[in-house]
Order: sequence, then C-alpha cells, then structure tokens
Amino acid sequence: MLDYVDGSSLAGPMRELFAVDVTAVEGRCAACGLTGPIAALHVYGHDHGPGLVGRCPGCDEIVLRLVRTPTDAWLDVRGAVSLRFSL
Amino acid sequence: MARTAVSRRLTWRAAELREVRGETSSAHSLIFEVPGWPGHLPGQHVDVRLTAEDGYSTERSYSIASAFTDHHDLVELTVQRIPDGEVSPYLVDVLQPGMRVELRGPVGGWFVWRPADTAPVLLVAGGSGVVPLMAMIRARAQASVRVPFRLVYSTRTPEDVLYADELRRRALEDRGLDVTIVYTRRVPDGHGRPPGRLTAADLAEWGWPPDFEPAVFVCGPTGFVEAAADLLIDAGHEPARIKTERFGGTDA
Amino acid sequence: MGIVSPGFSGRRQTSGPKLPPGQYLTQDFPVLSAGPTPRVALDSWEFAVITETGERHTWSWAELQELPAEEFTVDIHCVTKWSKLGTRWRGVAIETLLEDVETAADFTLAHSYGGYTTNVPLDDLLDGQAWIAYEFEGEPLAPEHGGPARLVVPHLYFWKSAKWVRGLQLLLEDEPGFWETAGYHDYGDPWREQRYQGD
Repeated sequence: MLDYVDGSSLAGPMRELFAVDVTAVEGRCAACGLTGPIAALHVYGHDHGPGLVGRCPGCDEIVLRLVRTPTDAWLDVRGAVSLRFSL
Repeated sequence: MARTAVSRRLTWRAAELREVRGETSSAHSLIFEVPGWPGHLPGQHVDVRLTAEDGYSTERSYSIASAFTDHHDLVELTVQRIPDGEVSPYLVDVLQPGMRVELRGPVGGWFVWRPADTAPVLLVAGGSGVVPLMAMIRARAQASVRVPFRLVYSTRTPEDVLYADELRRRALEDRGLDVTIVYTRRVPDGHGRPPGRLTAADLAEWGWPPDFEPAVFVCGPTGFVEAAADLLIDAGHEPARIKTERFGGTDA
Repeated sequence: MGIVSPGFSGRRQTSGPKLPPGQYLTQDFPVLSAGPTPRVALDSWEFAVITETGERHTWSWAELQELPAEEFTVDIHCVTKWSKLGTRWRGVAIETLLEDVETAADFTLAHSYGGYTTNVPLDDLLDGQAWIAYEFEGEPLAPEHGGPARLVVPHLYFWKSAKWVRGLQLLLEDEPGFWETAGYHDYGDPWREQRYQGD
C-alpha cells in the first residue's frame, strides 16, 4: 500500500503557522542531499495519524514533522539542511 | 491573480453553499460564496472544516475546480463521496444551498499553472484527480491564452467521468485543447481502446513527446500517480518538469 | 468555536464503561503510518534487549518462537481517538524476555525497523502488561499492523505499542521517542487522556 501523499498537503497546516507558502520553498535533504520543493516530499499520516511526517522522495528519510495539538503546533525540520525562500 | 499581495497567516472564512451541480452518482460540484476571497491559482486547494453542535470539528483538503475571476467571490469544489468517509458524505448528501461551512485557503504554491507560462501542458488525471486540472483548463480558457493543453484522463467507466459535458464542449471549442479519456473498467459503445490501465502507449499517443519539454501535471490516487510518473520518466520526460499531486487512497 | 454545520456529527465518541474519555468505537483496524511499511524477512529478523551497560541479549525469529507464548485478549486505544475492544493476540510476555537480564533501569526505549522509537517505563512492561506479539486474531501479524512482531502495551495509547519492533533499550533516564519529542505525552494513559505534553 502506498500510503502517502505529496508535500502540497502541508500547505494548509503550514500556512496556519507561516505567512508564506512553505510548499514552494526548496529544501535540501540532510541525509542524501537531494534538493527540491517541500511540495515534492512524501507525506505520511495525512489520513488522521498522530502527525504529519514529510520524507525525502529520494531516500525516504524524514525531512520534517508537524504535530498539531489543541493548543500548539510542533514543527521539527531536523532532516532539512536548509530551506530556501525566494523573496 | 491575487487581489492583494499582503501575506499573512491564514484564518478560517465562512463559506455559504450557493449551488450544487451533480457530476456523477457519487460526486457533486459545490459552489461556495466566500466573502473577501483573495483569489487563487488553478491547482491550489482549500481546507474545509465542519463543526458539530458539541464543538467537535474536523477538516479535509479539496482541490479548487474553478478558475478565479475578479468579479465574484465564488469557489467551486468537486467532492467525491467516500462511502465510509467522515466529511465527504456530509458535503455530498447533507449540505444544502444556504448552509455554511468554514474554509481556509487558497493554499499550495507549487502544483499550480500560471496563464503566463508558455510551455505546452500535459495534464494526466486519475479519477477525481481531474479536479485541479479542470481548474487549469478553465483558467486557460478564461485568460484566452493559446498554450497547447492535452488532458489524458483515466477513469473507471463512462458514468464516472467528471465534467463530461463541459469536457466534450471544450474539446470542440477551446482551440489547442485535446481531451482523451482512458477507461480502466468499461468503455462506452464504439470506443476503440479496450478497458485497462493507463499505458506508455496511451501517453505516447495522447500526450506530448518529451522533446516538446511540456509542463506535466499528474494528479490522482497515490498508486495511479506513482505509475503514471514512472511511465513519463521512462518515456524521457525530465523529472523536474513533472509535478505530482497524490491524494492517497487506492482507487484508480 | 467555528460555524456549526447542522446535521454534522462526525465520528461520534461513544461512551461506555470500556471506553476511555474522548474515544469512539471502531470495528475495523485503522492503519496509521509515519513512513513506508518495513518488510522484514524472518530469517534476518532479530530482537535485542540492550541494557544500560551495553550488554546485548538477542533472539532470532526461531528462538522467539521457542519461548513460551501467551494468548491475550485486550482493548486497544489509539490517540487519534479510535478504540477497538476485545482484540486477540498471541506473543511472548516481556518478562519472559527479561528473565536472564540484569538491569537497574527504570525506563525503556523501544526501537523498530524503519527507525521508529517510543518510551515506556519498565514497570509498565512487566507483570503481564506487555508482549512482543506476532499473531493477531489467529493469523500471523500483517506488515501494515506491525508484523512480523510488534510491542503490545494495551493499557497505554497505542502509539506506545511499537510496530515492527526490533529491540528494547533499558535506560536509567527517561528518553522520549518519535512522537514524544513532537508534542505527545511521555506516558500516554488513555484513562487520564494523556494525549499531549501537559495533559
């Protein structure tokens, strides 16, 4: 079963936190060095899991995680070397 | 496109259902009026939030089917009923014109087509993955641009085709738009291609050759998108020019 | 509170003596994933207990099968609010695996194939409270539900019942796992609704 969706699905939850669209931002995977837009990540947990887990389409390592509790959002971007925002 | 360049964090907006159009026995197009709608690009989506009387609420993402026009605040979503779903049966079967839901968006700035883009476009749809691609076809017509578009749309049976009449009409009237429907389970009478999954031959015949360097948008259930993207890459399309939108699930 | 949608009730929480607060009952067995499903071949499968001094105790699949197994029927409660009652499992109790292990640890961190981790106090794994399970409803445990073997700790939220488990690390200090470092509760008692940190 291919139980993931594209990083585009992070657009709504991320726009709740940031003033810009993060899905068009280019990230670099800390594990394999692949660069690409956040929209191209493979996102697991979209179907109401405990949180959203974005994995590198090249190596499947975790690039970011987002957990939304009733009071807080927890964002972990440990798997991204950098995020490049065009200004 | 957008009315305002001011970016800020998104909040929920009230959206009132104005009109319902039946597409198939299990899918309806819902036209919402959203006061102050900032505009959107074709390919973007919205989150819809439903709240019960006791405060319980839940949300789902839906692609926008309509092109944005300056003179109204309407947003069209096409919703396919998922039998054991929590939200789609309510949107398709219960929600009536005059009732309101909450909507957050538009969101997503990557899987979008801009009328200023000049590359030929190949749209590859699996099932209700046609929805954001329809927004692109509508936006192209509205902007009166001549960029050549080809839609290859895979669906189960003739009864499952979304926007059937409009696609038939646009294929005749919108110059530079070709529409091909590939049936996976059952074909209409007199249809040449036997039912079956999308193949490399289908894409070679009805898509664009890789050396045209088309912008490719693929949308559908995860398995469909995976298979279609592999066929396109095998055919020589540059992975960087293929944008995908998977919405999970297993149907194709 | 947002705009109320008349006639919308959603997946309703059902109440009953066997349901913790905020849960709803489900008959199916939802699959929640944080990554691709690991496919672990039985001939290379291994389970390890690693003590706080670094001592390793390992079992191959065949060795696990030779240990005394128990059948147990338990209710499970997922933090995403579904509960499933009367699920039937077969597996090896954790105290059976720890019989020859010397430790002063109070905490454990379960590790899985695929990289998942979750922390559980050692006391919560003993005395018939937790198992390494490899059968569900009389069948080998399916990969999407954590097969070949998963931890089952039914008295805590189900994210503590690590799928595809490959080892248990014994620790003197508590160390949060995959979801616990991203906002989820360190202990996760469904009856006290310990979903998130601070609950």
